[in-house]
Amino acid sequence: MATITRTRPSPPPATTDRRRRITARPAAWIVWGVVIFFFLNLLGVVASVLVSSFGQRWFDTWLPDGYTTSWYGRAWDEFALLQVIVVTLEVSVLVVGLSLLIGVPAAYVLARRSFPGKRLIFLVFLLPILMPPITYGIPLATVLYKFGLAGNMSGVVLANLVPSVPFVILTMTPFIEQIDPRIESAARMCGAGLRTVFLRVLTPLLVPGILASAILVLVRTVGMFELTFLTAGPDSQTLVVALYYSMSASGIRAQQSVDAMAVIYTSMMLVLLVVALRYVNPTQLVAQVKEDPEH
Amino acid sequence: MAHWQHRLAERGVDRQLWLLVPALVFVIALFLYPFFYGLTLSFQPTDGGPFSDYARFFSDSYERGTIWITLRIALPAALLNVLAAVPIAYRMRGRFRGKRLVTTLLVVPITLGTVLTAQGLLNFLGPTGWFNRILLAANLVDEPVRLTHNYWGVFFSLVITGFPFAFLLVLSYLSGIDPTLERAAATLGADWRRRFTRITLPLLMPGLATTFCLTFVLAFSVFPSAVLVGNPAGETRVISLAAYQAAYEQYDYPYASAIAMIMGFVELVIIALVLAARSRFYTGSTGGKG
Repeated sequence: MATITRTRPSPPPATTDRRRRITARPAAWIVWGVVIFFFLNLLGVVASVLVSSFGQRWFDTWLPDGYTTSWYGRAWDEFALLQVIVVTLEVSVLVVGLSLLIGVPAAYVLARRSFPGKRLIFLVFLLPILMPPITYGIPLATVLYKFGLAGNMSGVVLANLVPSVPFVILTMTPFIEQIDPRIESAARMCGAGLRTVFLRVLTPLLVPGILASAILVLVRTVGMFELTFLTAGPDSQTLVVALYYSMSASGIRAQQSVDAMAVIYTSMMLVLLVVALRYVNPTQLVAQVKEDPEH
Repeated sequence: MAHWQHRLAERGVDRQLWLLVPALVFVIALFLYPFFYGLTLSFQPTDGGPFSDYARFFSDSYERGTIWITLRIALPAALLNVLAAVPIAYRMRGRFRGKRLVTTLLVVPITLGTVLTAQGLLNFLGPTGWFNRILLAANLVDEPVRLTHNYWGVFFSLVITGFPFAFLLVLSYLSGIDPTLERAAATLGADWRRRFTRITLPLLMPGLATTFCLTFVLAFSVFPSAVLVGNPAGETRVISLAAYQAAYEQYDYPYASAIAMIMGFVELVIIALVLAARSRFYTGSTGGKG
């Protein structure tokens, strides 16, 4: 007991205790106040687009003169939104499928094995995530154009794979590490080959992880602007790129129809995110922890 | 034959490593090859010696200035996002009613997308927008504050898109820290400030460094919002815009590649600095994992 009293920091005098209460409370208030202020402004940002997309004419007043839903119909026709949405879905599904096919086996090896050069390989997979898309996007687009692969769907898919495959590898590795390797050893003892182990033992166990990274890749791909922008041709534009063009060419088109289109895009993303949050606990993305660690 | 296979297997090299091959082929074909292609292209300018495109970039103050402009937007935005995320995430630890709702609310802005954010900022912060109307109505200002089509518009759009991301990561790292450590410190008489600065913060530092890097990458590659809510010819002419213009407006691919290489280099230098600073902190397990 004597040693503990000697090594511990000098006990706080009574005044510190009172000051702690005074400083802790305003700190909490300031934090929540800032959060609320941020949200109010964010609400203003979102609401102004929403109101404007339903507004007839809106100039120097608090609210538009009248309300209409015609901007949505107009945006749908003017921007050929059906085709754009179909392209967006096709690209996203292809990117998700391919990046899982390429990424999951690699994640398995990186999670389970140690071999010479592993750190180097890991770094190479990390780089596409650490580099701004424009940096590798411009040389990549040049190369793809050289081989006639850009300006169409294949270019958009290939370019979007570059950050997606490493993303799958990084998100899948912790999921794989959680699976007891003895399960695989047992399967191998019973005579299962690598392929059987993968398809019959690992894949069913990995379904939650695969779903999680698939949905995250989907959200990322739908939202990825730069790479699609650099490689897309006229009929391979995804929704973000079409939106960008419609907005940067403002003046030609009514602002409200751009607003309507932005609302369509965001509702689509929102549905994806709500689905994603059902499968992924957002606080467990980087550290797989239990909510209440028992110690 | 069997002998060296055995020797390799002892070091961990065997048939299972074939599973890595598709991913390696992919990363070499679509990332490393284009990267080195761009690198060699940047040394083959349309006229002049191998370094003339780099010299051209650095001798032109309008071009050179884009580095400074990008850093001036990206560094404060990333720093603000990470620093603001820490106290909020700190309040969000543990269980309380409505935690999932607040987390969801903080994450939802990820879905907004650049264009809706840009449109919203133009509508809301513009000279006739609600924000300025409220300021005018409350007699806080005499004339509308200019917050769009300049530095601030881009800055705000980076905060809106970057903060939810930074918050998610910081919350995730923070919940990975074993809460019993803090409880132990509390029983030894440490007040909350001491507990935070002596225990939580050092354990959180590596996570904060990673979060800063990822948020910084997002902010550094700012491109659409610099055009839409910024002033793309002057105050917010970021380096990605310069690279894009060189490639798709002047069709000068060697020059565009040179700018892309400079951009990647500057960004990696910042990340290397942050990661070097990070290695000076505790890097072991934070108690929550495993």
